[in-house]
Amino acid sequence: MATLQAKTIQALQDNRTDLLNEWTHSLEATGATRNLKGDDVKQQTGEFLNLLADALHNSGSQNINHENWAQTRLFLEKLSHSRALIGQDSQQTASFIFALKGPVFALLQREYASDGAHLAEQLWEVSELLDGLGMHTIRTFQKSREAVIKRQQEELLELSTPVVKLWDGVLALPMIGTLDSQRTQVVMESLLQRIVDTGSEIAIIDITGVPTVDTLVAQHLLKTVTAIRLMGADCIISGVRPQIAQTIVHLGLDLQGVVTKANLADALALALKRLGVNVSKAV
Amino acid sequence: MSEASSGTHPVLIEQDVVLARQLVRRLAQECGMRLIDLTKLVTAVSELARNTVVYGGGGYMDWAVVEKDLRPGVRLTFRDEGPGIPDLKLAMTDGWTSGGGLGLGLTGAKRLVDEFELETAPGEGTRVTITRWS
Ligand SMILES: Nc1ncnc2c1ncn2[C@@H]1O[C@H](COP(=O)(O)OP(=O)(O)OP(=O)(O)O)[C@@H](O)[C@H]1O
Ligand SMILES: [Mg+2]
Repeated sequence: MATLQAKTIQALQDNRTDLLNEWTHSLEATGATRNLKGDDVKQQTGEFLNLLADALHNSGSQNINHENWAQTRLFLEKLSHSRALIGQDSQQTASFIFALKGPVFALLQREYASDGAHLAEQLWEVSELLDGLGMHTIRTFQKSREAVIKRQQEELLELSTPVVKLWDGVLALPMIGTLDSQRTQVVMESLLQRIVDTGSEIAIIDITGVPTVDTLVAQHLLKTVTAIRLMGADCIISGVRPQIAQTIVHLGLDLQGVVTKANLADALALALKRLGVNVSKAV
Repeated sequence: MSEASSGTHPVLIEQDVVLARQLVRRLAQECGMRLIDLTKLVTAVSELARNTVVYGGGGYMDWAVVEKDLRPGVRLTFRDEGPGIPDLKLAMTDGWTSGGGLGLGLTGAKRLVDEFELETAPGEGTRVTITRWS
């Protein structure tokens, strides 16, 4: 197998400043640096060129799985992970490496201007190397992104949604967080079960802890309310803050006669009234 | 109008809808948007991002913090290369859904923001741009 010649490695080092400039330009041109800090990009491109030079010097091997490439691999893993976290896509992240190809190819063309055979060979070798590093970046990016998503999913599912008994015959369900469909299903089932178990007449669903009420959340709420009514019980939705109320109106949602209250205390007062419980202040 | 900062956020799977909402909430807070306006904008984002995932087969949200007459705002473009919307008039009718939704996402989102623009072509995709001023 042909390898990168010492001349190529030397050229990469001697032209470090030019390479950095051209690389940064081409990163900017492809939009790969949007929503990244200029300083970070400068620091990362510089560090990568150092690592590349070290690895090429020390290893004589272009097999990036070799232990001499461990530092470079780790650097790319950290890079792609940090980009997955800030929501860059895989293409933008991989461009970090691929955008270096243009400047390096141009450099080789100048270096081997009179040596066509070697030029072709060296271009091929550099290309293989950068492709390998780029693919490594994409692979770890995908893993990072999956990890980010998995963690978030777990956080959402973890949030416990206790069904609490507020009074004989009155159950409350304080919902907290994002009502993604999976969790809403779990929550709804446990509420319905508790209504049966306790023979409750009124269920209060408190959405104080739900930041966004959109059509999907509304659909889940309406289904739950319908199921509760079919079981012969009543339902009150509390925690409808002014901003949520206005949003519901703009969305055009019809809560189909569902009784709503601004807070849990008001909902409980109404529930007790319906049950015929007289609440009066102690003198 | 000028752009203070901008970027692109993937909207590929259901979980991205949550992430898109969180990002926009942060942007809106940074431009000092009132809670009521922020809530409206974030809800519109939820609707459009979910449409992008469910009907558009996934896409992207371009975001930008913009300014007009010294007033900051948030501008977002949801774009996908999905099937497009064959009958826009129908899709922009309250209560019409091709899936199992309430059919209020598009029309609701339009009412929740200051500016709403929708471009779509069958077979080419859909692009919705919204702006909310603070
Ligand atoms: N990005 C998109 N690509 C293709 N079709 C779309 C897209 N967005 C919306 N549509 C079409 O427009 C219709 C109306 O969308 P809208 O968001 O108003 O309602 P919905 O998603 O069906 O229900 P929901 O009230 O839960 O949002 C959808 O049913 C779908 O057929
Ligand atoms: Mg919708």
